[in-house]
Amino acid sequence: MLARRAAELAKRSIKTTAKAQGLRMAVSMLDLTTLEGADTPGRVKALCAKALYPCPEPLAQPVPMVAAACVYPRLVPVAWAALRDSPVKVASVATAFPSGQSGLDLRLRETEAAVAAGADEIDMVISRGLFLSGRHTDVVEEIRMVRAAAGAAHVKVILETGELETADNIRRACDLVLEAVADDDEINHGDVFLKTSTGKVSPAATPVSVLVLLEAARAHARATGVRLGIKPAGGIRTAKQALHMLVMVQETLGPQWLTPTLFRIGASSLLDDLIRQLLKMEHGRYTGMDEVALT
Amino acid sequence: MTAAEGTRLEYATAPERLRPQIDASYGLFINGEFVEPASNASFVTTDPATGRKLAEVAQGDERDVDRAVQAAKAAGARWSRLKPSERAKYLFRLARRLQECSRELAVLETMDGGKPIRESRDVDLPLAAQHFFYHAGWADKLQFAFAGATPKPLGVCGQIIPWNFPLLMAAWKIAPALACGNTVVLKPAETTPLTALHLARIMQEIELPDGVVNIVTGAGNTGAAVVNHPGMKKIAFTGSTDVGRHIMHSLAARDIPLTLELGGKSPNIVFADASLDQAIEGVVSGIWFNQGHVCCAGSRLYVEECIAEEFIAALRERMARLRVGDPLDKNTDVGAINSAEQLERIEGLVSCGRDQGAVLHEINDDPLPSRGNWHRPCFFTGVEPSHTIAREEIFGPVLSVMTFRTPEEAIRRANSTPYGLAAGVWTDKGAKIFDIAARLEAGVVWCNTYNMFDASSPFGGTKASGFGREGGRHGLRAYVQLAEARS
Repeated sequence: MLARRAAELAKRSIKTTAKAQGLRMAVSMLDLTTLEGADTPGRVKALCAKALYPCPEPLAQPVPMVAAACVYPRLVPVAWAALRDSPVKVASVATAFPSGQSGLDLRLRETEAAVAAGADEIDMVISRGLFLSGRHTDVVEEIRMVRAAAGAAHVKVILETGELETADNIRRACDLVLEAVADDDEINHGDVFLKTSTGKVSPAATPVSVLVLLEAARAHARATGVRLGIKPAGGIRTAKQALHMLVMVQETLGPQWLTPTLFRIGASSLLDDLIRQLLKMEHGRYTGMDEVALT
Repeated sequence: MTAAEGTRLEYATAPERLRPQIDASYGLFINGEFVEPASNASFVTTDPATGRKLAEVAQGDERDVDRAVQAAKAAGARWSRLKPSERAKYLFRLARRLQECSRELAVLETMDGGKPIRESRDVDLPLAAQHFFYHAGWADKLQFAFAGATPKPLGVCGQIIPWNFPLLMAAWKIAPALACGNTVVLKPAETTPLTALHLARIMQEIELPDGVVNIVTGAGNTGAAVVNHPGMKKIAFTGSTDVGRHIMHSLAARDIPLTLELGGKSPNIVFADASLDQAIEGVVSGIWFNQGHVCCAGSRLYVEECIAEEFIAALRERMARLRVGDPLDKNTDVGAINSAEQLERIEGLVSCGRDQGAVLHEINDDPLPSRGNWHRPCFFTGVEPSHTIAREEIFGPVLSVMTFRTPEEAIRRANSTPYGLAAGVWTDKGAKIFDIAARLEAGVVWCNTYNMFDASSPFGGTKASGFGREGGRHGLRAYVQLAEARS
């Protein structure tokens, strides 16, 4: 039924006013991401500039800033310097992204370093090796410790759904995150996110895997009242995909989740298509990609 | 805890704008052309979502049925002896043309019947085309379907179809009949005749030989004329159990095969060890698909008592998200009730449920359109096995929720019904699925899914839900006579 429901929701028709609203919403929920070995300070500065001013021309209805810029820990200071006076958050991957295959102490130190350098949000990876070898309590423990190391920074827990393969595994991994936060009485809505993927493994944020995350967050909210955030990442390149993610969130968790506090989309090239669609709605015709400031 | 309130994404109306050409009036389709009925009488077909008249449709009587049977009989002489691979070509052509016209036929189906365009577009039309493709494939391979026997056509088949899936039911009936070399007299339902008549046009376009398919529109009397015509060599009926009984009675003294696909009160059984989120989706699809106008609708829900409270809360939440309204809006989940008569029946049974002490759960947010026939999706809790709403087919968006304690009790309660069309079982335990599915008295048992249809999968009931199968190799059996092969 997962695939059927995901396919059904993908058929929602989001046009005219709904599309204009949804495109802007998607921009405001974007974690604009660059996670390449070739990333340089210059590249990150360009990304941050785009995060602040996503649309090169002023539109009748303004285009919001994105939610965050997501970079590797070594580039956090660059992003922090570019974004410190803005509401755009600095997110950093950590914990031996993308594989998670380092000792826990190193992974915790990396987390601390990223937060110390100015990261507001930490995108951690779980040890899929531990998970798949059945050491589930160790996974719960590492999530708890990364959260402790992250301090006030929000933590997005990357499950790497493509490596977990089955919906059962994905849901079980979600349940481990729920377990890791269950005894935290101080937790606020959106302090912890369930995130699908690193973007380095395919398949990444498939509609079915996202639906599993949404259902887990729904179960958690029903049981505890706490709203976990959701972040699909990887493979979301078109505005249409992004709009359907919003539809899935709205119809699974409810409209109260449609805020950057609780929903993010991790992507790099998606922003260009969102802007292109917004320009099309403004001008009534598609512009060439030359009109969109590529990074 | 800090507040984190989101903003609703307001879906703009997304109307399907294509409008098929609808004629002011339609004749009967006999011997390859549209003709006036003998009586010159007609009836009106309307759009149940607006009450607006769509067209005048000819009212056929005994004389017209006789004309149709004569045409079918004459056509049968050639059609039955046509090279099977040639028959297959006609069916393939029909299937392809159906696909090409699927958008306008989907709109027409929605306008004439009230079902959401999402369903007519994504379910009715693709499945209808699939049935023609599937049976086209069988046409020249029939001897492999019946090992050791030689399948022969029966002759003229009288087929009467219901209003809930008008075009799809026409496909289910016509495709196997033609593949096996029979010819057809089809009687569509009174409230939804238009797509069958447009299918007749497609048959003209693809130059299906005249008289192979004849369509006689009308009401119950027309159907009776089809059943009682002495030229019929086979009767197939899909519809209510009452009418099915009547037909069986009429045919008692005649030696012709009959298949009946009748009503149901199908149980959906949810165990505590099921994937509950998926079970909720299955329950929703089971009862609110096509406004509950589905013979195999999962209209009795049995939930294991230990999860009942949680499950019912989740079901309420999910039900509240259903979008009820204009069937032509692409985002509508639940459309209009097919006829004023059916709406009255549903309302009567709902008030009966209330009177007998069951508790109605309904969403009351969105206003319903002021014109047309509408009923909100709803469910009852506090239903006892003896309540009318636990026993009688409602054929509307109304679910009766009950509980059970053990698997034995679930099976006992599920089987405690005159009907036996379909059933659903929801559990993540494989052994339990096999055990329970085998003990449910139903023609179709869906495990961890519901309302899945495929041309290759036989569909049909037991007990008061009828007999005979449609689809798959089993479905072909109803349209052939088997002679022993000469060795």
